[in-house]
Amino acid sequence: MSENSTAETKSGLSRRRLVKGLGATLGVTAFGAALSPLFGGPKVSADELMQRHYKELSPEDKKKVLERLQAEAKKSYGADVEIGDHRPTPNTKFVYAINLSICNGNGNCVEACHRENNHDRASKESYIRVLEMPKGTMDMEKGSTTYTGTVPAKDKFYLPVQCQQCDEPPCVDVCPVQATWKEQDGIVVVDYNWCIGCRYCMAACPYHARRFNWQKPDVPTLEINKKQSYLSNRIRPQGVVEKCHFCLHRTREGRLPACLEACPTGARVFGNILAPKSNIRWILENKRVYVLKEELGTKPSFFYFFDK
Amino acid sequence: MSDMLAPDDSPKPAEATHWDSYPRFLMRAISAATDGSFLFYAWMTGLTAVFLVGVNAWAHQVTSGMIHTHMTDHVSWGLYIANFTFMVGVAAGGVMMVIPAYLYKDKRMQDVVIIGELLAIAAIVACLMFVVADLGRPDRGWHMLPGLGRFNFPISMLTWDVLVLNGYLLLNLHVVGYLLYTRFLGKKPNPKWYKPFILISIVWAISIHTVTAFLYSGLGGRPFWNSALLAPRFLTSAFVSGPAFILLTMVVLKRFGKVNVPEGPMNTLVKIIRVTILINLLMIISELFTEFYAGGAHTSSARYLFFGHGEANALVPWIWTAIIFNVVAALVFLKPQLVQNTRLLVVACVLAFTGMWIEKGMGLIVPGFVPSTLHEYVEYVPSHLEWRVAAGVIAFGLLVYSAGIKIAIPILRGEMRFRQPAEKAATD
Repeated sequence: MSENSTAETKSGLSRRRLVKGLGATLGVTAFGAALSPLFGGPKVSADELMQRHYKELSPEDKKKVLERLQAEAKKSYGADVEIGDHRPTPNTKFVYAINLSICNGNGNCVEACHRENNHDRASKESYIRVLEMPKGTMDMEKGSTTYTGTVPAKDKFYLPVQCQQCDEPPCVDVCPVQATWKEQDGIVVVDYNWCIGCRYCMAACPYHARRFNWQKPDVPTLEINKKQSYLSNRIRPQGVVEKCHFCLHRTREGRLPACLEACPTGARVFGNILAPKSNIRWILENKRVYVLKEELGTKPSFFYFFDK
Repeated sequence: MSDMLAPDDSPKPAEATHWDSYPRFLMRAISAATDGSFLFYAWMTGLTAVFLVGVNAWAHQVTSGMIHTHMTDHVSWGLYIANFTFMVGVAAGGVMMVIPAYLYKDKRMQDVVIIGELLAIAAIVACLMFVVADLGRPDRGWHMLPGLGRFNFPISMLTWDVLVLNGYLLLNLHVVGYLLYTRFLGKKPNPKWYKPFILISIVWAISIHTVTAFLYSGLGGRPFWNSALLAPRFLTSAFVSGPAFILLTMVVLKRFGKVNVPEGPMNTLVKIIRVTILINLLMIISELFTEFYAGGAHTSSARYLFFGHGEANALVPWIWTAIIFNVVAALVFLKPQLVQNTRLLVVACVLAFTGMWIEKGMGLIVPGFVPSTLHEYVEYVPSHLEWRVAAGVIAFGLLVYSAGIKIAIPILRGEMRFRQPAEKAATD
């Protein structure tokens, strides 16, 4: 490259080049060393890395994916899980309602969700939060999610909040990769194998419905709920967002959500609003129901009412 | 860019093609970026070391999960997104040199405008790295690639941001690359190949910070961000932090690089900040008035930010520092002929830049999450790992910026040419 002819400059140049070469080698080595934790961590298989979006999977693809996920669960958690793919039933729109006059804040729903959905044990994660509110206000600012002691406390009422399965879900709009969407029966789901973990949906949700897997969920083998579904309670990978899915692995089979079954007070009502004789329909027609943060225009499928 | 040459006219017998000259240009650029004084080597080595520390911290984060950050389900964005937001502003701020240079045809500004364009490139690189650092699953980044993945355009504002940021990066890379390369060839740049791109880049610079503001202001569930004033506020603060950083660069180049930076452009930048810093204060006051005079539940984030909520008051000293820095800097910038007093200029720029970094970084992102949407007060203070990753990204941005300036100076001075051997460029 050099058109220079004097020997002195030439040796100076080559020495400089040698030093630069050494520096570059050292730099690249150090870069590799700095990145080395990546190679010691959990392996992401080629199949997992290349997996297509849920909606683009053919029946054969899906079968392979489910088998792979079951094998992964066996390997990581030592459990023989059964991961299904529950699809919505036509002419169904699931709606939830809670009778706040009856709910006494016992928290069984929170615990049932935790177990049913294979949540991380250490963080005691659950899709449901219950606010203890002083009577006489609807301002959540006055509520507390960390209440203790005997329930129901005097002059308090209890407000359980989980995903409101909005008809205009802001979380779905903001997702840059369409990893979350609303299904025909009204349930907003997440493809845990497509989510990139940007957490924009968590910022967008007005109901604190979404959770992030800050680390690989820890669930003891014996406590794992083995009846799972791709879009619901299978154990989530690290680094992705999850949320309440109305227990679609149960409800799409005609059963009730775990939180409802666990409720000892009967405050929770769940059903298909399109079925004319359903309980939920009777409640929406006959009670004065309300939704949370109606002014935001999210159109929740989750209703609250008082009956005394 | 390599086959832009029209092969028809060849006045000289052995006219080199771009296949010869472009690789040579790149080689000489690399050579210039890695040659320098002891101080330059120390600076670049230091930055590389910090960058490597950041890379290592990030590798740990990817492996064992983001549990080692202090982000939570309540405060789900933290230091990374705060810095990302601020750096978008720095990138957009570079345009405050481009506008005087090309819209007002300020000849002296044209001579140094490349500093602003290089700053834009370096800041965008840092922005993109901050976004990647914030991802829970960087291995799935390809899900965002149009064609391969499922790009949720135009509904998701984040997809808009990906487009405008990458577009702005490409625009600036083209303009800088083209101008330097033609100068390297000893030719006069053809306006056709850069003027239109410069004009587009001016509008584009506004768009990157507007779209970034829309990321937040479009969320109805976060009252602290859900304000129409957010995008204009972002822009004015960008037009403080960008020029302030450029002024600091110029002082450093004068002092350590023995580069003769003309006073005219510096004065122009000082005049710009003099106005924008006051507009920014006015906007903060407007925002706070609206929040506090009417009161009610939607002011709880602002109340938490400025006064704390019971025990929870991590951001209070932080935001008041920013306000004091901004006000003091605003007063100093009112002084005429600030440029002559280098020490005062540096103080003012550092105060303004740091003030904006706090106010449009952590001071803007974190209160959006406190209280949470169910009105719980969960505080956030970045973890040691987050600081390391953030420092690494900023160090890399500074590496890009320093290398760019190191390459540009000898080319613009005419010391690095394709035709005549100009080995003395290496000594600078």
